[in-house]
Amino acid sequence: MTYNFAFLDEDTKRMLRRALLKAVAIPGYQVPFGSREMPLPYGWGTGGIQVTAALLGPDDVLKVIDQGADDTTNAVNIRRFFARVAGVATTEHTVDATLIQTRHRIPETSLREDQILVFQVPEPEPLRTLEPREAETRTLHALADYGLMHVKLYEDIAQYGHIATSYDYPVLVDGRYLTSPSPIPKFDNPKMDQSPALMLFGAGREKRLYAIPPYTSVESLAFEDHPFEIQRWEHHCELCGSRESYLDEVVVDDRGSRMFVCSDTDFCSGRRAEAQA
Amino acid sequence: MSALLQVRGLSRHYGHRIGCEDVSFDLHPGELLCIVGESGSGKSTLLNTVAAQLAPTSGSVRYCQKNGSWLDIGMLNEADRRRLAREEWGFVTQNPRDGLRLNVSAGANVAERLMALGMRNYSQLRGIARNWLERVEIDPSRIDDPPTAFSGGMQQRLQIARTLVTQPRLVFMDEPTAGLDVSVQARILDLLRRLVNELGLAAVMVTHDLAVARLLAARTMVMQGGRVVETGLTDQILDDPQHPYTQLLVSSVLTT
Repeated sequence: MTYNFAFLDEDTKRMLRRALLKAVAIPGYQVPFGSREMPLPYGWGTGGIQVTAALLGPDDVLKVIDQGADDTTNAVNIRRFFARVAGVATTEHTVDATLIQTRHRIPETSLREDQILVFQVPEPEPLRTLEPREAETRTLHALADYGLMHVKLYEDIAQYGHIATSYDYPVLVDGRYLTSPSPIPKFDNPKMDQSPALMLFGAGREKRLYAIPPYTSVESLAFEDHPFEIQRWEHHCELCGSRESYLDEVVVDDRGSRMFVCSDTDFCSGRRAEAQA
Repeated sequence: MSALLQVRGLSRHYGHRIGCEDVSFDLHPGELLCIVGESGSGKSTLLNTVAAQLAPTSGSVRYCQKNGSWLDIGMLNEADRRRLAREEWGFVTQNPRDGLRLNVSAGANVAERLMALGMRNYSQLRGIARNWLERVEIDPSRIDDPPTAFSGGMQQRLQIARTLVTQPRLVFMDEPTAGLDVSVQARILDLLRRLVNELGLAAVMVTHDLAVARLLAARTMVMQGGRVVETGLTDQILDDPQHPYTQLLVSSVLTT
């Protein structure tokens, strides 16, 4: 059986591109779109896959990462899916890719203007945990009435002594729309500010798209006396020795031994290859 | 002294049914007006319509802002209506669970309106929240407890603190003491009377309890079937009721 190029039919891709153009025109604004059934369950990246499918051209080089890694189930499957239905070249190297679909990380290697980053988003509405009514959250966005988000940060400090939200940390895009950066660690939030690469977000189950265009200001919310901070480690990566990258803590045996390694596998192997050369 | 709120010929219908019909009154700064009447007489409809939570069928509500200019509430857009409700007005609901955010702590509940106004200093917010808990007689050490851990009376006092923290000029209250036992009621009424005096608030309060009206309000309006049947000084109305319905209402109060 043969599929249309990149699985989706051309009319669907056109609908997606129109929604994406609107999203880019209004940074951070959630654009509704007609999300399709994809050959994998909701929550596995159906939103990101649809955005990727709408953007892929025959000359694109695709990279897919899952929690920073190129070799986990989700990443391998999505990469193979597009290699099969679109016949595009795939890569694990950030610098070689033109299109990067990501789940929950931004690569450590700085992105360029000719690259696009596609995020998989489970819940596009940052206010949802505090305000369950969709009509109400839309009104709050329309009026830029975002005091509510600080209630959550207040609650964090009251309960834990510091802002304990460590992923999906709310940001204000272009000084206007409160936006969920998808569940990336807050370590990656500063990379979004004035990023040269276009960042697109797709939420398949919630049927929403949004975008952070290149060179747009992205501000992480905070209090005056509790400023925004990223995670820090006392360790360095045990494989490549990096002190700048986001580290995963891995249990290595059944006696509780642990090691800290880079979550970005491409970044880590690149550094090791460099050290050997 | 000029009025704070002018209500003229206000009606609200639900289809062919009357919610409230042709109500007019003025409210002056620092004045507490009680609306009494039996269940279904249109008290809450009137309150919600005046507070711009329901759209009126006809009639007008005008409000005099801090800067002295008059606003026609019916002509406000959503953004201005919310700003007014946040900055100059307050609304206390009958069931504190409707007015509180139950999944965040008491402190966050009190500080929410301040954060909505743009205050972004955590220790300041916390100081103010602590101070207000004290003012409504809640132990400030319970600032991080969720409202669900509070008793009904404490929840109602928390709602009052949350509403008054931004120092509104006008507060709407919908039976704030209904559903509480008598001793708790007395404490809350006492608290309200003190705060209203301290802050110089104007308030419109709906109640079916004539004792509440006598304790708090200088002026009372009696409603029946959606219409105001009698209005005047509270003592006058309770001691010398003119309208047959008011007479019935007053005579049906149990005396001890």
